[in-house]
Amino acid sequence: MTPLVSIQGLSVAFSGVPVLRGVDLALGKGEALGLVGESGSGKSVTWLAALGLLPRHAKVAGSVRLDGREILGAPAATLDQVRGGRIAMIFQDPASALNPVLTIRKQLCEALALHRDLSGEAVKAEALRLLNLVGIPDAARRLSAFPHEFSGGQVQRIMIAMAFAGNPDLLIADEPTTALDATIQAQILELLATIRREMGMAMVLISHDLGVVAENCERVAVMYAGRIVEQAPANQLFADPVHPYAQGLIGALPPLDGPRRRLTAIPGTVPDPAHMPSGCAFAPRCSLAAEPCGAAAPTLAPIADDRAVACIRAEASRRALLGIAAE
Amino acid sequence: MSAPLVEVSSISRSYAMRSGMFGRATAVHAVDGVSLTIPKGETLGLVGESGSGKSTTGRIVLGLEPPDRGEVRFEGKPVAALGTQAWRAQRARMQMIFQDPLGALDRRLQVGTQIREPLDIHGLGTPAEREDRVRDLLRAVELTPAHGARYPGALSGGQRQRIVLARALATKPDFLVCDEPVSALDVSIQAQVVNLLCDLQAQLSLTLLFISHDLRVVRQISNTVAVMYLGRIVEIGSADDLFARPEHPYTQALVSASPAPGRRSAGRMVLAGDPPNPAARSQGCAFHPRCPRAIARCASEVPKLSSVGGGRQVACHLVTGPQARTQDAA
Amino acid sequence: MGRYFAIRIGRAALTILLVVTFAFIVLRLSGDPALMILGPEAPPEVLAAFRKAWGLDDPIWYQYLDYFGAIAKGELGRSMRDGRPAIELVLERIPATLALTLPAFAFKVALGIPAGIYAALHRGSAIDRAVMMTAVAGFTVPSFVLALLLVLIFAVQLGWLPSGGQDSWRHAILPIATLSLGGAAVLARFTRSAMLEVLGQPYIRTASAKGVPWRKVVTSHALPNAAIPTVTILGFMVGSLIAGAVVVESVFAWPGVGRLLVVAVANRDLAVVQCILLLVALTMVTSNLIVDFLYGFLDPRLRAKGVHA
Repeated sequence: MTPLVSIQGLSVAFSGVPVLRGVDLALGKGEALGLVGESGSGKSVTWLAALGLLPRHAKVAGSVRLDGREILGAPAATLDQVRGGRIAMIFQDPASALNPVLTIRKQLCEALALHRDLSGEAVKAEALRLLNLVGIPDAARRLSAFPHEFSGGQVQRIMIAMAFAGNPDLLIADEPTTALDATIQAQILELLATIRREMGMAMVLISHDLGVVAENCERVAVMYAGRIVEQAPANQLFADPVHPYAQGLIGALPPLDGPRRRLTAIPGTVPDPAHMPSGCAFAPRCSLAAEPCGAAAPTLAPIADDRAVACIRAEASRRALLGIAAE
Repeated sequence: MSAPLVEVSSISRSYAMRSGMFGRATAVHAVDGVSLTIPKGETLGLVGESGSGKSTTGRIVLGLEPPDRGEVRFEGKPVAALGTQAWRAQRARMQMIFQDPLGALDRRLQVGTQIREPLDIHGLGTPAEREDRVRDLLRAVELTPAHGARYPGALSGGQRQRIVLARALATKPDFLVCDEPVSALDVSIQAQVVNLLCDLQAQLSLTLLFISHDLRVVRQISNTVAVMYLGRIVEIGSADDLFARPEHPYTQALVSASPAPGRRSAGRMVLAGDPPNPAARSQGCAFHPRCPRAIARCASEVPKLSSVGGGRQVACHLVTGPQARTQDAA
Repeated sequence: MGRYFAIRIGRAALTILLVVTFAFIVLRLSGDPALMILGPEAPPEVLAAFRKAWGLDDPIWYQYLDYFGAIAKGELGRSMRDGRPAIELVLERIPATLALTLPAFAFKVALGIPAGIYAALHRGSAIDRAVMMTAVAGFTVPSFVLALLLVLIFAVQLGWLPSGGQDSWRHAILPIATLSLGGAAVLARFTRSAMLEVLGQPYIRTASAKGVPWRKVVTSHALPNAAIPTVTILGFMVGSLIAGAVVVESVFAWPGVGRLLVVAVANRDLAVVQCILLLVALTMVTSNLIVDFLYGFLDPRLRAKGVHA
């Protein structure tokens, strides 16, 4: 079966500095994939590049196929059909994601007019239906309001309505709840899950929050310094992370219940993209690093069904983890 | 339990806010009758969403803002008014760190100079001693003396927060207010700073007021946790116990909303409604419009924060006394 | 909305009051009109009579109150030089000034705004760099230098155009060119930076991400937002329609309000100077009011928040 989207060897450089260094990723129809990693790891850039949304000075190479058709470097008209129509995207900061001088109606109807064969009253009716769907109270009246008249959570609902306007096959949600309060985050995630189920839509959830990804995705890819370092079904990744970085991320998360333990912080900081270490980018921070780690960057290799990891010390890492668990 | 270092007794603070074009100024109760006690050497965590009044509480405790009513005592003495000689003397022993380290640092000054600044201001030690102290402080926050010669722009977010921490510790304070100190940091860096804070607290027997929206981080570092909603404390108790068995429906919702790896979202308690608006607080319990368990009484009567046993205090009509608690547990 | 404008109109009135007061004091302190107009050779009796006739021997606070009393009655005084009402002298010069500033304004807008938008959309391109270099040159070179340069090239060297005077439309070309070039440069830079700022906003990315074609992203999402800061500078330009040509009028011997002002200041012809300043302050303040109104129209956020500003 052809995957819905398949990304191969995607790389991005900003004025000569590589920020994405060969990403391979495939996504099936209706699947929910989580993309985790720290700031600068390239999780957002991957999808902005795939959709041609990066500034012009970004150098993008590789391949992005939608239903087997190449969309990287496709003509503007093709991309405009894909964006919003096949793949929609919502962003982190709801307050600045909507145009402040245009009404909600205008921004919603714009998306509808672009991707749906609707006109006149039908557009308005559909806009209203969408607003109701995402739970904006008093939607009919609120259509003529401006973005600043809504709370952050409501604006994110409107963004979601706009994303669904084109009936896309895939929604890229880029840190959709990071700027929101905890109880509102829960609302938005539930809303996303519900609508996604109803529409059978695939989703990529980009987040720095492991918990958010774990709860809302079937499969997770962990990114570090512009590469995917581990890919696994969500439950397996969190129960049994293999890549030392994935282990580090999970160990750095304070538990909410059970006994308190000292956090296993990953020492050091993310490498500067302009001065990448040779070999494995994580090696300088890795407690298991050995000499060969500095020689060549490890490739993402399968270790089990549906699991892959980019680490030459994967076996050692797994043993180390099991050893700790056995204690 | 040792003697309290900081005692906050029913402080309130409201601001005038005008709403709409011809709107009359309405009083927004940012903090409304908050009482807290922080024993020496312990950490009190203050959690809540935006608009809950947790940051205002922190500023009042430090004397940066006067309370309209109520009082803050530091070592049994009232916190002096802002800008007075007594306040400056007290301030050397109470420090604060914020969420945004870059905003708290001067981009044009070497960070070492900025760490020394409080020593200069308070006239502590000879110039040579101050230089030594700066080096010690840099080591204490796990940086090297060489970092002192850098400018804030040349440091990473985690390093900047360490610099801010070093500066706060320069005057050897007894009490530190941390307002969302790790919220802007990546998970792995966040863990470094949290560990560092825990270590320093143990070494220097610091007393902390730790303000954050992140339940996990708060639990990791706090002995006691207070949950705020629209300017009031709705629940307070020991950190482990509070998150394991939240009593107040709002705390339950918060804990339930905190996602966890290895748990699916099924059975999550999702609150309806928007985040609370401090300018439009409801009658009765401020939480009742969003509360799934609200009864008629909640709309008319403000619940008092009262003990339910086990060191826990809850402000909810549905949670009353130790009996209710055992029933719930059964 | 009413309150929003009441505050702004109040502020405008205060601005005018301050401008007039300041001019009054400076002009009175910096020289004696009697001496300036009658000359140092004039006999003391004549000087005294002149001062008495114009009220110059009254205490300064009395003159000040008297002046405002007159303004309140709609009298702006008479020129001390030829006794004609100051307002008449000023009004008859306005058409000449507008003959320069209005076409110049049109050129500034027609050149500056498209150049700025184009430069922003093609940031880093050769055309962007050319526009920016011209713009920097345009507003670092003082207008009298530019004026002299143009005279040197087109009047002296090439002999295509007259170097001064007001006899035909050809006389207006160089002054208008001088005024337009500087203004267009300022406008191009402002428009460019406003556009760049807006193009970097997340909502532009949102629009692209929902499949809006780039041309439409620019026209219906970026331009309405970039218009907000650009209106400020346009307002300033409208405000200087009357008084913005002082230097150019002097260089090109163009008999407009600007030249009248220069002459009146030199002569300490108080009523005329004050009349011009009042007029200038009025146009400035009015254009500011229009800008404020346009803000409210262009930016829905201000409609609600304006009260607090």
